[in-house]
Amino acid sequence: MMSSILFYGLSTLLFAAALLVILSRNPIHSALWLVTAFFAVAGHYVLLNAQFLAAVHVIVYAGAIMVLFLFTIMLLNLNKETEPQHSLLVKLAGLVAGGMLLVVMVGALRRSSAETASDLATVHSGTVGLVETLGKVLFRDFLLPFELSSILFLAALVGAVVLGKKELGE
Amino acid sequence: MDYIQTTNFIGDWVRGLGLPWGLDRAVNGILGALTIAGVVMAGATLLVWVERKVSALIQSRLGPMRVGPWGILQSVADILKLLVKEILVPNGADRLVYFLAPMLPLTAAFMVLAVIPFGPTLQVANPDLGVPYLIAMGGIGVLGILIGGWASNNKFSLLGSLRSGAQMVSYEISVAVILLFITLVSGTTDLRTLVLTQQGTVLDWWVFKVPGLGLAAFVLYLISSTAELNRAPFDIAEAEQEIAAGYHTEYSGMGFAMFFLAEYGNLIASAGVAATCFLGGFLPPAIGVPAVDRALFAVPGLVWFALKVAALILGYMWFRWTFPRPRVDQLMALEWKFLLPVNLGLLSLGALFTAMGWVLP
Repeated sequence: MMSSILFYGLSTLLFAAALLVILSRNPIHSALWLVTAFFAVAGHYVLLNAQFLAAVHVIVYAGAIMVLFLFTIMLLNLNKETEPQHSLLVKLAGLVAGGMLLVVMVGALRRSSAETASDLATVHSGTVGLVETLGKVLFRDFLLPFELSSILFLAALVGAVVLGKKELGE
Repeated sequence: MDYIQTTNFIGDWVRGLGLPWGLDRAVNGILGALTIAGVVMAGATLLVWVERKVSALIQSRLGPMRVGPWGILQSVADILKLLVKEILVPNGADRLVYFLAPMLPLTAAFMVLAVIPFGPTLQVANPDLGVPYLIAMGGIGVLGILIGGWASNNKFSLLGSLRSGAQMVSYEISVAVILLFITLVSGTTDLRTLVLTQQGTVLDWWVFKVPGLGLAAFVLYLISSTAELNRAPFDIAEAEQEIAAGYHTEYSGMGFAMFFLAEYGNLIASAGVAATCFLGGFLPPAIGVPAVDRALFAVPGLVWFALKVAALILGYMWFRWTFPRPRVDQLMALEWKFLLPVNLGLLSLGALFTAMGWVLP
């Protein structure tokens, strides 16, 4: 009962916030609605007892990435007057791409029912998302891919530093 | 004596009422939220007075003396004044964002205090992932300061908020790495269990339990959290001589009061995290010593926790009134070129100590 109320409440919030992200004229408002949407998604993760995912989602998206977004928007001083105007072609291309993504997702989720869904996640009682389970899976079964992806991140970091560095004699 | 078998008087009483549809959970949640709000409001009001008295002591002045005995009602008078002040909104400000901004840092303080164990039975929520939750909630305050400076439509505010955002985001990394270090050596992310791993004498607190490293981590945490709280000597965000008052230049009345209360609310939260992770939280300082055991357990856990938090806050204040403020670039260099490498080294050494079993039993 409580779970259903929370689920529908969070879903409504998520849907409204996501719509407001694209409907707001002001980029700062869009960014703030995006933060709201991220928190609603984190709430869904908590409902599925995936606490680690929820915490990491808030740290990475709401904490780090959105702060960077806000920095960029503030420094660029975007507002209604300087908003870039997209041509009709670009808008049409966006609509087609988004629609195709929707078709793919509907196609993928069409066959799922109550029985198959129970394999994926369990409300309140699941242990899949707890840090203990996740740690064991990551460091036992998927050790090599995990380490490789961390090397990839390190390479990206070093690359960013190299690109951002002033060249000698500049 | 142990803390495993405990009862929660008010919580159990509400659960015993047999309310339908899980309403007891909602009632308990609301009671917890109100308690936290009371703690933050009363604590912050008191701390404003304490800060003025401590600064006066250090500078050989008397501090506030007029309102009430030793000026103890000065903060109450100040809050009353701020409540009745006119709320000004600058021209061209974004009203919605302008009024939203002061609420976010205060929310962050509430969210952190909700998972801090004040006593063996006094904790609003105890998520399995207390430590990552603490790291996650640190980010909300930054959002409030950033958008507050932007919405004020004033270049000093914007500069202040950008400085503050850069500073808080940078120092948050250090705080997060130190909290991960504690998770690593204690082997738990749940804050109540984290406190219970420190049962014993003072030597069993995490500040001493890992030889050398614990103390280093504690000192580094105090430095990084001072910077994350935007407190002097790291108050680059509101350096009065350089950029008026930074992100809250344009705020008057309650908007300013909320930013101000949030600063002290976050101070309480930060000291609470330090007491929980390093100083044994609600545990008395000597468990298992027969001579004093009974006497120490007669004092409730909340009192021990409050004493530790008070000592830490006095430390923060002493720090504030002792050191001069570094420049912006010096502050960022301190984080990225000194604190972060040292903290990463500390984390690696912590992993080594744990793997080799060099942590005291």
